[in-house]
Amino acid sequence: MLSFYLEAPAVAAPGLDGWAKAKSVLAEETAYRQAPLPDYVPKILPPTAQRRGSQSTLLAIQAAQESLGTTEIAPTELASIFASSIGDPEIVDRLCSALADPQPMVSPTQFHNSVHNAPAGYWSIAIDSLESTNSLAASDASFVAGLLSAAVQCQAESRSLLLVAYDLPFEAPLDATRPLSAPFATSMVVTSSSTRQTQLHCTLEINAISAPASRMADAKLEQLRIGNPAARALPLLQQLASPTDEETLTFDYLPDCQLHLKCKPC
Amino acid sequence: MDPLQITAYTTVSAAGDGREALQSALLEGKGGLQPNDFGHAPLDTWIGRVADLENRPLDEGDRQFECRNNRLALMTLQQDGFLTAVESLKSRVDPTRIGLFLGTSTSGILSTEQAYLKLRKSGRWPAGYHFKGSHDLFSATQFVRQKLGLKGPAFSISTACSSSAKVFCDAHRFISTGLCDAAIVGGVDSLCLTTLFGFNSLELVSGQPCRPFDQNRDGISIGEAAGFMILEKNNTTDSGVALLGYGESSDAYHISTPRPDGAGARLAMEQALNRAELTVDEIDYINLHGTATPSNDRAEANSINRLFPSSTPCSSTKGWTGHTLGAAGITESIIACLAIEAGFIPGTLNTQSPDPTLGLNIQRSTKTEPVTRVLSNSFGFGGSNCSLLFGRTSC
Repeated sequence: MLSFYLEAPAVAAPGLDGWAKAKSVLAEETAYRQAPLPDYVPKILPPTAQRRGSQSTLLAIQAAQESLGTTEIAPTELASIFASSIGDPEIVDRLCSALADPQPMVSPTQFHNSVHNAPAGYWSIAIDSLESTNSLAASDASFVAGLLSAAVQCQAESRSLLLVAYDLPFEAPLDATRPLSAPFATSMVVTSSSTRQTQLHCTLEINAISAPASRMADAKLEQLRIGNPAARALPLLQQLASPTDEETLTFDYLPDCQLHLKCKPC
Repeated sequence: MDPLQITAYTTVSAAGDGREALQSALLEGKGGLQPNDFGHAPLDTWIGRVADLENRPLDEGDRQFECRNNRLALMTLQQDGFLTAVESLKSRVDPTRIGLFLGTSTSGILSTEQAYLKLRKSGRWPAGYHFKGSHDLFSATQFVRQKLGLKGPAFSISTACSSSAKVFCDAHRFISTGLCDAAIVGGVDSLCLTTLFGFNSLELVSGQPCRPFDQNRDGISIGEAAGFMILEKNNTTDSGVALLGYGESSDAYHISTPRPDGAGARLAMEQALNRAELTVDEIDYINLHGTATPSNDRAEANSINRLFPSSTPCSSTKGWTGHTLGAAGITESIIACLAIEAGFIPGTLNTQSPDPTLGLNIQRSTKTEPVTRVLSNSFGFGGSNCSLLFGRTSC
């Protein structure tokens, strides 16, 4: 069993633009209304990265930047994990289109932005940190695998981490084969001991499948949850928004196992 | 840290199918690079291509995973008695407690490239195209997990050219926290136009077979490879080689250019030494990332020069395999294990005159001599650095 603490939640998604708005919706104080995603240009990025960063980098860093504004842990003390199923859908489309030309030519900037760890790379540049970053993928369970990996690293190395999950939908033609409902990014800080900002104490176990995954009561939020791998975080974000009593959340992980996350408000 | 025993491993690259073929290639100085003949408009470069993947379709039952990358993964699992070793592992360790962590940079993106090409030519999107089983970064991990009958935690790591080195770090953490008792780590990356034309757009591709650390080095040769390893704690069938340490860091410098002073790379190497409780004098050989680009080799030399004595033997084995990107970490970890088990220091194939301004003790040809501890470097775009330390546990 893994034990860890969570603080500094952040969200960047349509209708959940920033933690203050997301908290109010998730705590059921205001109704959820889908709204277009703002054109994020996170100020933490150096100007060249603000111009050159891909959609996925800007979205992921927007969420990460918000977490950094809340936690009191110095950015250079945080290792980081970036979890995403697709990476950058727009770049995949542009590269594959260019490569179908009789004489293929690809943009060097698009190519270097195409690596799955581009957001992690830009993040380390933004905060000028030599700390380790990791970038992983597990299809629809990418956030879930990220949370597991963060909890493991937090416990194994007794250290604090920033966990960021993000995914954006493809456009045609790839949207039909890998449909995502909307963009979504979330970020939170995982610590091995409690701090002044700690919101939840969590214990985590991997178990055989025993129950349906935790869902969102609101139909539109539930649609968002199942429609984007990063939005699988929503039940946990709801616990962070309105901590009630101790609650055990179930997350689908692999075909034969789930994660059980026991959350206790601090 | 507690070492992890390496109880089985297997590899396929242009340098050979299986570990014996790779070892012979290293000892005999026979590389696997060939003039590029990949795709509809081949660039003037050299590649490390695995022969005959086109004629190795997956079985009907595995059709959902059909792509070049998974063909290479399956072909590799079938070498070196690896499938038998996994069955033996599953008889000792509960399959729910065996982790699977695989690295890849481009997964089966070739399938998407080919689908776009068909769309362009025929105006129709190919009916048989399936994203999740091919292009998806989790595809190979799901495929291998299913093939091996594993039930434990699994994910793919995609940090460009350090991907299949960083899998060792996660495996160690999952085992040290008690979530797993063993792990299968590895990586698979296969040829595609994205990397050939992408690295070419950055002017990082050589027109000749790559010449790491040569004074006339001018870029990489792209290769494809897969490799898998079983890592266990407390195993009685001790092969003698273990993962002794790991280190991970970031450059915080540029997405596609390494930090010139090598400070990030140095930090990763220092962490690996510290975790292994070893000093620089106790390292017999460094398997360099050594891509053969002017900037990578200089930055790597700077990082090593500031940490190691100038006598430490170093080489890059990318002249045999090409730069296998997301599979480079596992391929070179396997070379480190072969060097320890068979007692040799690999040379640096194709390199004629090591760059004197880089200051390292570059081994040009493979030498037979006892090797106890090897440091293996893998550095990727995004400034993602990983150093792994392998060695005999009892010496």
